[in-house]
Amino acid sequence: MAKIIVVTSGKGGVGKTTSAAAIATGLALRGNKTVVIDFDVGLRNLDLIMGCERRVVYDLVNVIQGEAGLNQALIRDKRSENLHILPASQTRDKDALTLEGVEKVLGDLSEDFDYIICDSPAGIERGAQLAMYFADEAVVVTNPEVSSVRDSDRILGLLSSKSRRAEQNRDPVKEHLLITRYNPNRVDDGDMLNLEDIREILAIDLIGLIPESEAVLRASNQGVPVIHDDKSDAGQAYADTVSRLMGEDVPLRFHSAQKRGLIARMFGGGARR
Amino acid sequence: MRLLDFLKGERKKSASVAKERLQIIVAHQRGHRGQPDYMPMLEQELLEVIRRYVQVEQDAINISLDSDNDCSVLELNVTLPNRG
Ligand SMILES: Nc1ncnc2c1ncn2[C@@H]1O[C@H](COP(=O)(O)OP(=O)(O)OP(=O)(O)O)[C@@H](O)[C@H]1O
Ligand SMILES: [Mg+2]
Repeated sequence: MAKIIVVTSGKGGVGKTTSAAAIATGLALRGNKTVVIDFDVGLRNLDLIMGCERRVVYDLVNVIQGEAGLNQALIRDKRSENLHILPASQTRDKDALTLEGVEKVLGDLSEDFDYIICDSPAGIERGAQLAMYFADEAVVVTNPEVSSVRDSDRILGLLSSKSRRAEQNRDPVKEHLLITRYNPNRVDDGDMLNLEDIREILAIDLIGLIPESEAVLRASNQGVPVIHDDKSDAGQAYADTVSRLMGEDVPLRFHSAQKRGLIARMFGGGARR
Repeated sequence: MRLLDFLKGERKKSASVAKERLQIIVAHQRGHRGQPDYMPMLEQELLEVIRRYVQVEQDAINISLDSDNDCSVLELNVTLPNRG
């Protein structure tokens, strides 16, 4: 039986796809058979971040509508044999997904994989609800910014009422907070919510803290998930996150500011290299 | 650090303003969690009915649903303006 983890946020553009790609890759690198599914039907992105866009033939919608088998649609990752990608369709819309169809696909995948990572679309509508419905755990991606935190709280509300676990009165979906695009210098300057504040407001466990990092854009340019860049701060922070998901106790890194000169502090320059 | 604060002007840090706002928003959102989907509509329509008789503000009405094992209580609080 696979563990199903949804990567979700409510707000768009906060780093869900970046995180889903990194976490799935990290789990596979640690020896787990992992599949990552793009639920963003109509706006697929995950294939680009995973660097497999030219190998997409069939997609999730084809499988659900019986136009292709799972094995035809699954793409094996170039770098890790434990990792597969199930892309989203670019031409259909979200209505092409059905609850029964998604249930069947997840059920079939559960037999062969240890982890199923679902990359949710933005929003709190049908597409996002389908991506979270069957989840055992949820990684709630949040930026240190008011609208992102508010949307994360909305998503937490949905997880506790509109998931299968909630509807069947089973143990609730295990919720994890993943703070991304964190800039400790701006936190020190008092212009960015700090991680303790966010954790306190949302009242869920922190699974990871990913700094704002230039390595992320570099990685997406190349189509190589940032966790492969093990020299980078973001790559290491994602590796820590994966360890925690696997139940290890790893200290938090990248939460405090790098030393800056007095002048820089006075004028509030906060770019991280 | 005092000197720095002084030089930068003693405005309230924006992050603490953000935190206070979020605490209020989240408390409000959580108060509405798990309620039936019709609650916002019910609240709006009740407000309209009340307004046919008394002029009240949008936030003067507070509605909540509490459920015990075998019965639910719909609680409605309306703050009426002072009689002037
Ligand atoms: N830690 C980070 N540091 C710097 N840039 C980042 C970081 N995380 C994400 N980004 C950038 O933010 C943008 C959005 O990221 P991503 O596509 O992962 O978000 P998303 O939540 O999946 O968006 P959508 O809601 O559209 O699906 C991208 O340009 C990505 O490179
Ligand atoms: Mg995305």
